[in-house]
Amino acid sequence: MKKEKKLLKGNYAIAQAAIEAGCQSYFAYPITPQSEIAEYMSSAMPENGRAYVAAESEVAAISMVLGAGSTGVKTMTSSSSCAVALMQEGLSFIASDEIPCVLVNVMRAGPGLGYIYASQGDYFQTTKGGGNGDYKIVTYAPSSVQECIDLTYKCFYVSQKYRTPVCLLADGMLAQMMEPAIVGEYPYEEIDQTSWALDGAKNRKPRFIASLDPDQESLRKRVVKLFEKYKKILDEENMFEKYEIEGAKLVVTAFGSIARIVKAAVKKARKNGLNVGLFRPIMLNPFPEKIVAEIAQKVDGILDIELNCGQMLQDIKSSLAGVKNIPVEFFGRPAGKMMTVDEIYEQIEHTYKKIVEKKYGTACI
Amino acid sequence: MEQLVYKRPESIKEDFKIPFCPGCDHGVAVRLVAEVLDELGLREKTIGVASVGCSVCSYDIFNVDIVEAQHGRSMAVATGIKRSKPDKIVFTYQGDGDLASIGIAETIHAMARGEKITTICINNTTYGMTGGQAGPTTLLGQVTTTTVNGRNSETSGFPLKISELLKEIDGVAYVARVSLDSPKSIMNAKKSIKRAFEAQVKGLGTGFVEILSTCPTNWKMTPQQAHERVRGEMSEVFVPGVYKDKVSEAI
Repeated sequence: MKKEKKLLKGNYAIAQAAIEAGCQSYFAYPITPQSEIAEYMSSAMPENGRAYVAAESEVAAISMVLGAGSTGVKTMTSSSSCAVALMQEGLSFIASDEIPCVLVNVMRAGPGLGYIYASQGDYFQTTKGGGNGDYKIVTYAPSSVQECIDLTYKCFYVSQKYRTPVCLLADGMLAQMMEPAIVGEYPYEEIDQTSWALDGAKNRKPRFIASLDPDQESLRKRVVKLFEKYKKILDEENMFEKYEIEGAKLVVTAFGSIARIVKAAVKKARKNGLNVGLFRPIMLNPFPEKIVAEIAQKVDGILDIELNCGQMLQDIKSSLAGVKNIPVEFFGRPAGKMMTVDEIYEQIEHTYKKIVEKKYGTACI
Repeated sequence: MEQLVYKRPESIKEDFKIPFCPGCDHGVAVRLVAEVLDELGLREKTIGVASVGCSVCSYDIFNVDIVEAQHGRSMAVATGIKRSKPDKIVFTYQGDGDLASIGIAETIHAMARGEKITTICINNTTYGMTGGQAGPTTLLGQVTTTTVNGRNSETSGFPLKISELLKEIDGVAYVARVSLDSPKSIMNAKKSIKRAFEAQVKGLGTGFVEILSTCPTNWKMTPQQAHERVRGEMSEVFVPGVYKDKVSEAI
């Protein structure tokens, strides 16, 4: 049954994937546009002999995840934007403690309560961290319902393999839309957690998990170790999509839901003879700077498109240190009306004329 | 003939060095918890939660698996453990600031859910770790670093009576307030701590013990004076006793 292609809503796809991945406990507080995940889990978890707890707040939900993760089980919470803000302290602890867990953030438009429109305004919140201290939340951004499933699996695997919190960064559009998708079997090997997890000190010395580290040298080493881990994750678990990049004069960068609309606009541009490609990072944190720099070496310019005022743009720009004279243009919309293919195409055409054709003199006619 | 007078409980670490100030009741409290874990045979299946405050040292003391919670979040962290591993024994060891101020929401809701965990709260009427500021249980008139003229209800409100508040919650199986100011009260405290763990073992709900405790350093008293204060003005406001006991009914 589960392997058939079905018409699935993004939220249910994420929930079903979590069940299939073997998530043992799930803790959440309702917030639109992702409450269907909690609704689904409230039945499916007990039916599978697993734990669902309606947390009293997102502060409590992430704390429950901390406790659950410390026992080595696969555990998850899901939330949205202003409520993920409440989880930042817990995420900082979890990162320092090296506790595996999955956080689903279905972004809504902010700041503050904003509204439930699809938005990518939490790129900074997720990748730069709202919590204290030096740490990263490994982040994957789906752009289809099928990727909501596949990347939920990936999030569980990476979190367990590297003992780190991993975020699935979706948005209201992905969560609420339906499209055909397959909830396949969890494709990854199970990672043994028994060497560190808390399960009662039977026939062994007791273990403790704590972020408190009063020794200067020990604390320094702890943070350095985290960043060595993030480097390894980027090397081994990076994911991205390159579309028509070979020989392109202009590369458009976009992630998540908007990237599929951008892709349609890039196709249209190609059809109209514009030499344009698309680079879509799927792993957003750690950011694939080297790949962006390599792409930039071969093109005349970059156009970054996001559903915000230019957040991934900062990472694109910092990737280009050392790459000479690469203009980076930006087209963004923080909330509300989703960009259309034609609107994006116009931006691509405009940028192409400005950057590429000007360089070759054809735009002067 | 040799007679055993004192033995380190198995549930206290062998290389345990007391991290607490001289005369502080924490030392007695952790020993009682450890003795109860030993006597109920729970050590090897216990996971403890260390909170922020003087109680953060728990993982240097208890010879059991321990995870540190963020400030105030111990009962939520304990919920996550217990729901993921229902066959384990889970306890939190918290101060009054952690449990009744910053963590009051987590405390009340974990109990409202009837989480099968055991919670020990050290009430010393002040924030000990940060140097003696006024907290949720600071008595009216009490001088602290943030109530230099004594706590005034007009500006600083009233002390929170934790046990009286929590006993009303249906998910709670056991609530007692005890003190450690005499051998008799210490024996009594141990009985209550045992009941609070039995509440969990028997699956009856949350077990809770509030321990009236001394903080001679921040109270600027000798240990003897501090215990006088517990017996006197502290016990007048925070009356010791068993406030709820579904455990004895069940036995």
